[in-house]
Amino acid sequence: MSDVALFVPCYVDQFYPQVGLATLDLLDRFGIHADFPEAQTCCGQPMANSGCFSDAAPLARKFLDVFSGYRYVVCPSGSCTSMVRHHYANLLPGEPRLAAIGGKVYELCEFLHDVAGIKPRGRFPHRVGLHQSCHGLRELRLASGSERRIAAFDKVRDLLEGLEGIQLVDLARPDECCGFGGTFAVSEEAISCAMGKDRIADHERAGAEIIAGADMSCLMHLSGLLRREHKHLRVMHVAELLAEATA
Amino acid sequence: MRATHEAHLPPAQGTDAAVQPPPQTPVPMNGAPAHPQHSLHTSSAQQHEHPAKAAAFVANDARLHWHDQAVWFIRAKRDRVSSAFPEWEQLRALGSQIKAHTLSRLADYLEHFEKKAVSLGAQVHWALSAEEHNRVVHSILASRGVRRVVKSKSMLTEECHLNPYLESHGIEVVDTDLGERIVQLRREPPSHIVMPAIHLKKEEIGQLFHQQLGAPAGLSDPKALTELARQHLREKFLGAQAGITGVNFAISETGGFVVCTNEGNADLSTALPPLHIACMGIEKIIPRAKDLAIFLRVLARSATGQPITSYTSHFHGPRPGGELHIVIVDNGRSRILQRDEYRRSLHCIRCGACMNTCPVYRRSGGHSYGVTVPGPIGSVLAPHLNPAAHASLPFASTLCGSCSDVCPVKIDLHHQLLVWRGELGRAHLVPIEKRVGSAIGGWILARTWAYRFFGKLMRSLLRRLPRALVYHRWNAWGRQRELPDAPRYSFREIYRRRRGK
Repeated sequence: MSDVALFVPCYVDQFYPQVGLATLDLLDRFGIHADFPEAQTCCGQPMANSGCFSDAAPLARKFLDVFSGYRYVVCPSGSCTSMVRHHYANLLPGEPRLAAIGGKVYELCEFLHDVAGIKPRGRFPHRVGLHQSCHGLRELRLASGSERRIAAFDKVRDLLEGLEGIQLVDLARPDECCGFGGTFAVSEEAISCAMGKDRIADHERAGAEIIAGADMSCLMHLSGLLRREHKHLRVMHVAELLAEATA
Repeated sequence: MRATHEAHLPPAQGTDAAVQPPPQTPVPMNGAPAHPQHSLHTSSAQQHEHPAKAAAFVANDARLHWHDQAVWFIRAKRDRVSSAFPEWEQLRALGSQIKAHTLSRLADYLEHFEKKAVSLGAQVHWALSAEEHNRVVHSILASRGVRRVVKSKSMLTEECHLNPYLESHGIEVVDTDLGERIVQLRREPPSHIVMPAIHLKKEEIGQLFHQQLGAPAGLSDPKALTELARQHLREKFLGAQAGITGVNFAISETGGFVVCTNEGNADLSTALPPLHIACMGIEKIIPRAKDLAIFLRVLARSATGQPITSYTSHFHGPRPGGELHIVIVDNGRSRILQRDEYRRSLHCIRCGACMNTCPVYRRSGGHSYGVTVPGPIGSVLAPHLNPAAHASLPFASTLCGSCSDVCPVKIDLHHQLLVWRGELGRAHLVPIEKRVGSAIGGWILARTWAYRFFGKLMRSLLRRLPRALVYHRWNAWGRQRELPDAPRYSFREIYRRRRGK
């Protein structure tokens, strides 16, 4: 058994298996052989996000049962990682395993950047817009963000910038939310889609061919809008991008 | 339009959530003064309040983008001025710490403030509720025979519905902040706490002034409109028998207080009439005069991107020959103070930065919230007054967290919104479709076998069902978006095959 476990968010498992595979392959390529514990399902965020904490709590407990034995848990989603790290305390007050799990679970880019210390080398000759998911950005602090007045940093950009040929385009609003927001995407459908369209327009104006992000949920929303309008702009998870570039 | 707004951008004073009852268009969820028992009454119409109003706002695409840009412009200004400020994050941390400290011994600081203010010659009144606040203000006015009052911007008096209360007692109240005056003339509530008329275009203001102030038809030049309002308000200032102001900061150490405006209307409201009534929420107190330096530096920069407000007026007792009354109001604040998870919302200095940065506020407009203080801070405060009536507000957010990062006093706004969601869930105030979906989803996801089975079934159905059965009217996702393609095999199925199991 490896001491690294892979946590694949439920909707990625069901709808985007290629993102899970890219994550696995990418880790393999850097010599990290992760287990995929098959009892895993969902972090519980959709229920917690809806205010139904009592429906989410059993999932948080299940997550702890499945993953507590590992040294590291790597997840290709900033949002699910943040759920485990920051919000399980709301669901399971007083749970003794919580203190440890927060320090074990890492978003993929964060793990590659901070723990494995990897600088990917490869080639990706495309114009890419980097869409930081809000939870990756402001909950996990994968980048400094536009609001705070601190020394600028961006861990996801660091991973991509080393690729030969990649052009990271400048967005007018670099970290504006895409409007997905979990159940918000459905319960506030009008605003959600208005936000998504604005986010797409910003990428189009910047001349991006690809919107890349570390959260497939944002990209699922944006891709849904793009495909409905038959646009050429496409989305790509950072794991897929890095796996393709470093192949 | 922007020029008009910049001409009247006084950072907020006064306080809390609740709507000024719009006399012509009653809003059902107007955050009437705290009645916890209201939480027992709810309807799904109330629960869907924000989404419906937001959808109506979004329907006008050109106006939506105009509003988004106008408000984002202020956020961008805030970014520029705060960037030129190396100790910005230190000031945020200090401001937050001072507020946390003050709240930890609020009663002591308030009582000391009262003692010092009285020694300066002011009279101090305490009001537990909005009704008591209104009664106190009215009795001061009535006992002196006052019929005409000018008021500078105060969110607290909006929260308490002071204007209609005084009007019902035959007293004329004129809001003297230009934006406030505009919405008062339109008989609607402000849509933003710092820029009350940000939802209006200059042409609409020209039309309003044409109808009500005798402006020539078609006038839309911001300068000319402002001048017209100035002349109109000057008469009101000169005829007023009393002035009411809010309070931005009350200083415990000195018994003095500070009011920030850009138009000088608080100064005219207090320098001309002999009677000044200042209304403040209990959370406006800060310990020392030197603490002001922290807050004044972040307030205007966060609010409008200005280094400082045009007028920062300090009041220490009544002016010679005049009277000064200070009304200190609780109206539900001490209940928030008792709650660890929400206490930090009382740090708020009403700068409005969380509204300017909020991608939902910018695209749904302030009126979509149905409360005096809209946006993220309003969505945190309003449910305290009436959880059932405001149950949709903690869900009117993607929890993107931008509000928490712009907040100059570091309120963890998006986390408080999530805590509210849990509280509303426990009180059964979450819409039924969310509750049912969550219960079913939770049951399935808690069982790996069920998750695998239903996952496979769902993908299979999505691949096989005719489009019309997937994209029907109840599929809100599919109204403007495609669903992802359902792959034949899930990740775990492929993984298992790869491992040769």
